[in-house]
Amino acid sequence: MTQLQALPDKSSLPAPNAEELTHLYREMLLIRRVEELAAKAYTQRKILGFCHLYIGQESVAVGAAVSTMDDYWMTAYREHGQAMAKGVSPRSIMAEMFGKATGSSSGQGGSMHLFDKEKKFMGGYGIVGGHVPLATGVAWAAKQRKEGRVCVCFFGDGAANQGAFFEALCLAQLFKLPVVFICENNFYAMGTPLHRQSAVTDMSLRALGVGMVREQFEGFDVELVRDRVAAASEFARAGNGPVLLEIVTYRHRGHSMSDPAKYRPDGELDEKKKSDPLAITKARLIDDFGVSEEVIQTIHDDIEKEAQDAWQFAHDSPEPDPSTLYDYTYAPQEA
Amino acid sequence: MAMIQIREALRQAMQEEMRKDESIFLMGEEVAQYNGAYKVSQGMLEEFGEDRIVDTPIAENGFAGLGVGAAMAGMRPIIEFMTWNFSLVAFDQVINSASKIYQMSGGQYSIPIVFRGPNGLAENLGSQHSTSVDSLYAHFPGLKVVTYATAYDAKGLLKAAIRDPNPVVFLESEMTYGIKGEVPDEEYVIPLGKADIKRPGKDVTLITWGKQLFNVQKAAEQLASQGVDAEIVDLRSLRPLDHETIFNSVVKTGRAVVIHEGFLFAGVGAEITARIQEACFDILQAPVLRVANRDVPQPYTTNLEKLVVPSPERILQAVQQVMER
Amino acid sequence: MAEFFEMPQASPTMEVGTVLSWKKAEGDTLAPQDVLAEVETDKAAMEIEVFDSAVLVKILAQEGEQVPAGQPIAILGSSADEDISDLMRQFEAIKSKPASSTPTAEPAATPEPITAQQPTPASTAPTETGLAPFTWQGKAIDDAIMEMPTFSVALPTATPGAAPIPAGKVRSSPAARAAARAKGVNLGTVIGTGPRGRVTRADVLRHAAGVAPAPASAPAPAPAPRAVPLPTPNPGDEVVPNTNMRKTIAKRLKAAYSDAPVFFLTRQFDCDTMVAFRNGLKAEGKRVSYNDIVLAACGRALRDVPDVNAAWADDSIIKRAAVDIGMAVALPGGLITPVIREADKKSLEDIATDTRALAVKAKDGKLAPNEYTGSTFTISNLGMKGIEQFTAILNPPEACILAVGAMAEEPVIKDGSVTVGWRMKVTLTCDHRVVDGALGADFLDAVRQYIEDPSKLGG
Repeated sequence: MTQLQALPDKSSLPAPNAEELTHLYREMLLIRRVEELAAKAYTQRKILGFCHLYIGQESVAVGAAVSTMDDYWMTAYREHGQAMAKGVSPRSIMAEMFGKATGSSSGQGGSMHLFDKEKKFMGGYGIVGGHVPLATGVAWAAKQRKEGRVCVCFFGDGAANQGAFFEALCLAQLFKLPVVFICENNFYAMGTPLHRQSAVTDMSLRALGVGMVREQFEGFDVELVRDRVAAASEFARAGNGPVLLEIVTYRHRGHSMSDPAKYRPDGELDEKKKSDPLAITKARLIDDFGVSEEVIQTIHDDIEKEAQDAWQFAHDSPEPDPSTLYDYTYAPQEA
Repeated sequence: MAMIQIREALRQAMQEEMRKDESIFLMGEEVAQYNGAYKVSQGMLEEFGEDRIVDTPIAENGFAGLGVGAAMAGMRPIIEFMTWNFSLVAFDQVINSASKIYQMSGGQYSIPIVFRGPNGLAENLGSQHSTSVDSLYAHFPGLKVVTYATAYDAKGLLKAAIRDPNPVVFLESEMTYGIKGEVPDEEYVIPLGKADIKRPGKDVTLITWGKQLFNVQKAAEQLASQGVDAEIVDLRSLRPLDHETIFNSVVKTGRAVVIHEGFLFAGVGAEITARIQEACFDILQAPVLRVANRDVPQPYTTNLEKLVVPSPERILQAVQQVMER
Repeated sequence: MAEFFEMPQASPTMEVGTVLSWKKAEGDTLAPQDVLAEVETDKAAMEIEVFDSAVLVKILAQEGEQVPAGQPIAILGSSADEDISDLMRQFEAIKSKPASSTPTAEPAATPEPITAQQPTPASTAPTETGLAPFTWQGKAIDDAIMEMPTFSVALPTATPGAAPIPAGKVRSSPAARAAARAKGVNLGTVIGTGPRGRVTRADVLRHAAGVAPAPASAPAPAPAPRAVPLPTPNPGDEVVPNTNMRKTIAKRLKAAYSDAPVFFLTRQFDCDTMVAFRNGLKAEGKRVSYNDIVLAACGRALRDVPDVNAAWADDSIIKRAAVDIGMAVALPGGLITPVIREADKKSLEDIATDTRALAVKAKDGKLAPNEYTGSTFTISNLGMKGIEQFTAILNPPEACILAVGAMAEEPVIKDGSVTVGWRMKVTLTCDHRVVDGALGADFLDAVRQYIEDPSKLGG
């Protein structure tokens, strides 16, 4: 049995100081607050269709962004948090969800299809697992052009059963592509618990089938996510090939706003809320870095303003002009 | 001018474009070291290297998706399906990814990709290897769907497809890769969306595309000896569709027959017929008829296969009905 | 800053919700995702959450109360004693408004009576044939978008008195063309009143009935109905005006030709016996022609197979009681069909007498109308002109006509070897609305029996 490589125990990143950790807390809180307002907007039918909330998983996106801000990101449809972590503005995200012309996709995509080329946030896909092969292509281009960039590809535990996912792993490892596959395992694929969807509950084991480096860890602590994703992206960036990370997390709400999540066993949510990433980092800031409650409160107030501002911007923005209906089907011929 | 096989015409198209633009690469099963399952890419690995002529494992969804991702990141992939039958494994990537990403991203990401490979009838290959995917892909806005019959058209259209910033479904045929045709020495490109009148005439319009052109030409010769002067419109593009050429021809003749591979029901012929009757209702002298595959999964044995597919005889019958009414 | 909390619309079909129970009390502090109340919708009971940090200042809907979606059920604010008087006034106003959120059924609009389409003069025909690509709100659209472009066809329109428009260039519809075929109308002469000057079915029917199309505003032009495209004389040609006979022949045969769906049955008769029989009569000094024998044979056969002796009357078939056979006689400038009455009963010699007499009268132009009308079956014989076989046009309203060809000696097979025999071909034209193939064949077989054994004709 070949001994597969493993990631180094620690990445090259030093442990975060108070300033950086405060920044991470702020980022997670922004995601939390914008998602809560998105839920409110959905109940008021300002956001329509599907709306998948990231509440409870903030640490994964925020931790991953630290080492990959200039890299390419691709994800599925539970993406508002990931978009925000990557630097897409809450205004642009909220406006897109409200279906306004000022949204990141000009109102063409909605909650599930956020794209921001400037921030290298490449969507936003509705077919479970369907986007994972796309990430291998982005990595192919990055490698061919010697950009030194990786493609970070997020997906859920449900996606790890799709054929497309396996094919992507196969191609990425064969061609030694710089992809960091991140499976956010929140232990539910839509309404079905993981043990009823898969014979193994460590989805990263699928990497073994193609000889890929893999790791599984809990992602409730943003600092651990920060370190492990950094290690993975360093590994891939150096040309060693792709990595599959399984980050165990939990979503506090249903699969989407239409799902009341009654399939959860009693008490599970309360138990999991004890591992709320915001609570963990807040405790670290107060206990280990001596940050005061007032500073924390200031952060909360700032975030509240920013979130409400995004709402207002979305509310005030115009709907897409009907004359643009056919503008997004075909790219115009180059001159 | 040179007399070359269609496979060589296609190869020249790819080579010429790849020499000018380093972002173009060819990817698919057996394209590199095997020199192509049908030898279309013969010699290209030697010229362009293994980073640009890439053999893949048998994972159509995977490498079609890889192509789309690379296109998003600014490259111009040519993804070869060994046959279009296997594209159905990658249907999600061609439809849900390639045709829709430009729209979903509000125009931020275009997908300058070409999916190419042999399509439709071959001989005695059974139903799973005889699929005609024309109407499946032509259905979707966001894609372009192109095909050819002759070597001249093959080269000019493939060059245009590679240069197009949109995803192009390029339908070839394994049965005609060996057919020779005249191809100019100097560079030329045939714009997508233009049909070609392969035979001018005045009595009836015969509309077709792909290798059925050869059956239609045979039928037209027989019709000429019977005193019926047929005009042959070779569409070349299913999407975009050359409405002008089609409608002007039908106005001239007043009668039309559409001949295509693939099944009659919900085929592209049905769409063309609907458009003709809408635009040319006043001038039609007879209903528009169609000749296509009979409604059965393709049988293996020759005598049955011959019954299923369009043939000069079936085309003549259809023309006869159209001339009589 | 206090604000309303409204009853959420939990599903697209939800119009009202019932507050089942409040989970928080006035004065309670709320955190995002706290459950405020349990509400029953049209589908299920569900928990209503808040998504802001706030204080529940006032409950506006009681447990058990039904509230329309979108209407306030509570006021949230920053403190329990916040001034909410403005909001309360607004709330009272909302509650006292008549239920505007529940749509009242509007009385069904009385449908406008459908008026018969008034024909309008053809004024919108395009002057050019061309394609206008699909545009959207004034913008040109990528031609790979498959919306239907606009295509107009420039076609000539018929005007009264002008040369007819050539076939294939008339703007018409399948219904119009079918009507033109049925009525024998040249489509190219019909004035079109449909869109872009299209000739409609109604236009064709009006034209056939000689009715001018009624325009909406302009005075009706007087259309001159023409039956066929007119040739013009070249120098040296002689223009012969049509006689009444010519006109009648033209009119009736044209009608027969276009109206009846016809088919033809051909049979060859062995005439050896008939030749011997007639020679026998001749030896006895009796003047009987072969045509007489054929006519007598048909008369008897019409009695034997009476269904052939009939006429199509649109909603019925008239089966004739009498067997009156018309015999086509060539005249200078035309033909006429004197009638031999009771051809089933008359003796062969009487028939021969009749045919001779009527032929003389016909050639002298002295036939009375009752002598050349009222036949139930017709025979046309071109045998004396050397015609071996032909098809005749029906003599309306008769269902059948028999065309008799020349009798001649031919090499024939008898008992397995080649010999010489007298043969004659006849062709029966049948109106398929009245007679089908089997019936027609039966009739011809009946005729054959008399011809091949004229002794069966009786006296």
